[in-house]
Amino acid sequence: MEGREAPAAGGRMAALGAWIDARFPMSSLWKEHMSEYQAPKNFNFWYYFGSIAIVVLALQIVTGIFHTMSYKPSATEAFGSVEYIMRDVEWGWLIRYLHSTGASAFFIVVYLHMFRALLYGSHRKPRELLWIFGVVIYLALMAEAFFGYLLPWGNMSYWGAQVIVSLFGTFPLIGDSLIEWIRGDYFISDITLNRFFALHVVAVPLVLIFLVVAHILALHEVGSNNPDGIEIKKSKGPDGRPLDGIAMHPYYTVKDLFGISVFLVLFAAVVFFAPEMGGLFLEAPNFEPANPLLTPEHIAPVWYFTPYYAILRAVPAFAGTQVWGVLVLFAAVLMLFFVPWLDRSPVKSIRYRGPIYKVALMVFAANFIMLGYCGLKPAVQPFQTMSVIGTIVYFAFFLAMPWYSRIDRNKPEPSRVTS
Amino acid sequence: MSEAIDSGRRQLLTVATALTGAVGVAFAAVPFLASWKPSARAKALGAPVEIDISKLEPGAMLKIEWRGKPVMIVRRTPEMIASLGSHDGTLADPASENSRQPDYARNSARAIKPEYLVVLGVCTHLGCLPQNRLSPGASADGVLNADWPGGFFCPCHGSKFDLSGRVFRGVPAPTNLEIPPYSFADSGHLVIGLDQGSVA
Repeated sequence: MEGREAPAAGGRMAALGAWIDARFPMSSLWKEHMSEYQAPKNFNFWYYFGSIAIVVLALQIVTGIFHTMSYKPSATEAFGSVEYIMRDVEWGWLIRYLHSTGASAFFIVVYLHMFRALLYGSHRKPRELLWIFGVVIYLALMAEAFFGYLLPWGNMSYWGAQVIVSLFGTFPLIGDSLIEWIRGDYFISDITLNRFFALHVVAVPLVLIFLVVAHILALHEVGSNNPDGIEIKKSKGPDGRPLDGIAMHPYYTVKDLFGISVFLVLFAAVVFFAPEMGGLFLEAPNFEPANPLLTPEHIAPVWYFTPYYAILRAVPAFAGTQVWGVLVLFAAVLMLFFVPWLDRSPVKSIRYRGPIYKVALMVFAANFIMLGYCGLKPAVQPFQTMSVIGTIVYFAFFLAMPWYSRIDRNKPEPSRVTS
Repeated sequence: MSEAIDSGRRQLLTVATALTGAVGVAFAAVPFLASWKPSARAKALGAPVEIDISKLEPGAMLKIEWRGKPVMIVRRTPEMIASLGSHDGTLADPASENSRQPDYARNSARAIKPEYLVVLGVCTHLGCLPQNRLSPGASADGVLNADWPGGFFCPCHGSKFDLSGRVFRGVPAPTNLEIPPYSFADSGHLVIGLDQGSVA
């Protein structure tokens, strides 16, 4: 549109739009990613969690910024400054509970989002890189949560960090200097707290935002998968648009707004009525200040790490080192990267997969929850044995996938998406 | 000058430039990575500490803090020292071959002088604080049996160590409790953090 004609067509706002478009690709970005981005028409419940994850990220960034205005990242003041936020800062308790509940909500949403990908084959070609960006986001999120958990400088913060940092000390030869380098001291100290603060507040959030942008750009490059797991780009109309596609805006922006509203109702209920979630979201020992000379009765990480904590503890020490458990723990997380290539099924969606994958995925999900439960419990029987079995099942799901996904009795995929 | 593009030369120059740049990035990264090492102040605060042990009674324990970690100093009685050789079969590493201690403490007493045990009070499993359960026999809380020879018990995951900090078999901790570097300044004073035989 010519700048001179714009006022006649739509008044001053249109003129302003044309002025910006001549200098910045505003309309074309909006069209490419919203009003003309073609998403499959058959998205269901499982497709809410991507947009909810973005909302939670925004919530964590905003509440996080407001924390930094009252929080003091020093060993002598950190615990007190969190109490100050809770008691003396106007609405500080709300900002803190939004942030602490947001951390758990983030993991719930991301776990459901990942489960969706495994249900409908969203990690399969051509979306491998999209999936890899997603796994890296998950790793960054774990790092972000771990660094953030030290900041209140409660006793569980302290000892949780102690246990996790000690993992790096198990590596032969370099272990000792590696943990000294991570802590910047001979123990978890003010120096460690200060650098974890920098990582939690600046470094990892920047990485996360960059990765989320890359994740969305990769998604919009290849197009969204859908519950049928078939490509809508294969059936295009005369206008070149997929026959089974509808515009992101207004169709899915409105749908997502509804999902976000329901999520926020549930989220607010937790924030107002159960912010500690019975010790799951905020652990009781963390209401005492960090004490390097007093270990809590039972050190358990926050719930979202417990499946991997159970895997760590399932592996016994031998040859005088515990490094094996640490290696198995890292391997368990790294497995996720290889799923697009481990999966050899000719169909993507669970709707057309045979019984083996259906059972395997349900067993994997139940097993993951069981591992999480074991990780919350002390390392005694029967949880020890359950953790060992859970670890074997966890790895079997991935390592046997090339075999069982190929021999499964799949159903034929339709050529067009169903409703 | 020839019009034709010498792509081989162009590629060589591209690779050479990229490599030079990579070397520069590596050197530029050194200060940032090194800034994470313990600072001069942290090192100063982690300096050796001297402890007066002249008033420590036989059979008693003293706990001090060194580099943020508890150091347990036990003045062992002759009976305690005599009992050390009696349970080697139940230990995971009786000769301290896989454990961490200065060379001068790699013996059954794990000490310079058998009378004084100096050991880090940090469980080698996951860094919890073992409790001192120095007296032999069953404990009132039931976690230790009648055959307990005296030693240390970790409440987190149940690791057990004898009176030399040597780990028993079948517990989560993989190695004996660590012995920090230490030395005797004189018969009544210990220096934690300074090796025996090094110049003060």
